[in-house]
Amino acid sequence: MTFRQIAVPCLAILIFLALWEALVWVMGWPNYKMASPSDLLPAYERYWSLFLTMGWQTLWRTVVGLLLAVVFGTALGMVMGFSRTMRDALYPLLVGFNAIPKATVVPIVALMFVGMHDFNTVLIAFMISFFPIAVSVSIGLSTLEPEYRDILRSLGASQSVIFWKIALPKTLPEFFGALKVAVTLAFIGTNLMEIVSPHGRGLGALFDSGKTNSDYPLMFAVLIALAFLGIVLYYVVVALEKVFAGWAERPQG
Amino acid sequence: MTNLIEIKGVRHAYKTAKGPLPVLDGLELSVPEGGFTAVVGPSGCGKSTLTKLVAGLLKPDEGEVWLHGEKVKSPRSTVGMAFQNPVMLEWRSILKNVMLPLEIVPTKLSRKQQEERARYLLALVGLEGFEDKRPSELSGGMRQRASLCRALVHSPEVLILDEPFGALDAFTREDLWQIMHQVKEKEPFTGVLITHDLRESIYLADQVVVLSGRPARTQFTLDVGTKGTRDIAHLYTPEAAAMLAMLRHQIEIAQGRAPAEAPA
Ligand SMILES: Nc1ncnc2c1ncn2[C@@H]1O[C@H](COP(=O)(O)OP(=O)(O)OP(=O)(O)O)[C@@H](O)[C@H]1O
Ligand SMILES: [Mg+2]
Repeated sequence: MTFRQIAVPCLAILIFLALWEALVWVMGWPNYKMASPSDLLPAYERYWSLFLTMGWQTLWRTVVGLLLAVVFGTALGMVMGFSRTMRDALYPLLVGFNAIPKATVVPIVALMFVGMHDFNTVLIAFMISFFPIAVSVSIGLSTLEPEYRDILRSLGASQSVIFWKIALPKTLPEFFGALKVAVTLAFIGTNLMEIVSPHGRGLGALFDSGKTNSDYPLMFAVLIALAFLGIVLYYVVVALEKVFAGWAERPQG
Repeated sequence: MTNLIEIKGVRHAYKTAKGPLPVLDGLELSVPEGGFTAVVGPSGCGKSTLTKLVAGLLKPDEGEVWLHGEKVKSPRSTVGMAFQNPVMLEWRSILKNVMLPLEIVPTKLSRKQQEERARYLLALVGLEGFEDKRPSELSGGMRQRASLCRALVHSPEVLILDEPFGALDAFTREDLWQIMHQVKEKEPFTGVLITHDLRESIYLADQVVVLSGRPARTQFTLDVGTKGTRDIAHLYTPEAAAMLAMLRHQIEIAQGRAPAEAPA
């Protein structure tokens, strides 16, 4: 990371905040219509400890849901990538499942496992995010050029050796591409559940309480906190990608 | 002396959605130990299928494939392969790519000896100093040379080359032809080379086999005569011109563009 790579996005964020502040000021919007960045600071100050505990709630449930999605999605992707029959059988099911808007699933899950708030939230984060992972792994494996297989197969290598030495590393770039999508989706899933559940926890619940108390600066402060967490999670994935699939990046120039 | 590679009356058909597709029908081929046979034939006639049979990746429907007096039933570690696509693993260095087969086949070499062997082969093909580079940092010809090293690193008895120089430009290709002769001198193997280039076939091989159109059978065998290292100038002699004309005529017959009779 060079200075430029950090400075440019930070500058962009500052400009964005300045424009936002200016817009609210010029339009003369009151707080209940649109809070401005300068209103957010007091909100953070007042609820700082809540932000920390709730932020942590949201974060760990998103990460657990995402990890489950990675394990399950990869396994499913492997099954579909290696077997044509399984691919033909599971694809329509998977697409259908993915097409159901998760906002409709949230109340069902909330009723099914009443009182198990942590479990429900993780479950939704998981359900919403495993699809891109499964699809990318299955496509990565099924489009492996036969020569790659033959190179090892002609030496008498077993299927599992071929998977670990070639198929898996070769799908890593696609996998991380999907993980970047999945991480944002998981985050949305967590928040959906937190907002909808009565007596929920996490940033979503904090948003909900801001709404009930008509505390607009608090609501906006939550939104910004969510955006911040989303950015952090995303860049964690980017860093992991650099470590494990950095080779896929072509030398520039 | 028995032949190292012996293919007897091989028939093979692929199962496709539209029923069986016969690809090889009555294929005969023998390569003596240390020999180098080039196989030419019309596009899609079954040449790559032939290499898969020799490598044990496919089982023939009928007929037999023998390697070193043993019937081939499954892949064996005494075979090395290189394709038109150099299939480098992008996440490994060139050195680690070359060492890949040693991670699969049983070897007596220590870790250090394995690395030395890989470095030695890379130097032999002129890739000294590129050991730690990524494949994406190399040109197509260099990648192909590395892929040749990988095919040889476990000292296979049989080297199978499926159009390895097909995607390269003419100058790079001639470079690699000469490197092939140098390699064969230092690292003796019995070779089968699939190619579309008739000049390449007579420059590298000591026997050229022409396959008929699909389903392929052995249509014609040419004994190139000269064995061992050759001068590239040999390609411009009248004998070479006569051989090329003969092969070209056989290809035309195989493609069905000329009647099956001896050239005048
Ligand atoms: N796995 C497969 N399943 C079904 N058909 C196949 C399969 N592999 C090859 N074929 C068909 O068999 C025929 C021979 O294929 P093969 O790859 O052996 O030809 P080739 O002589 O190597 O061709 P080229 O000169 O283009 O490399 C072709 O018509 C091809 O479409
Ligand atoms: Mg071929």
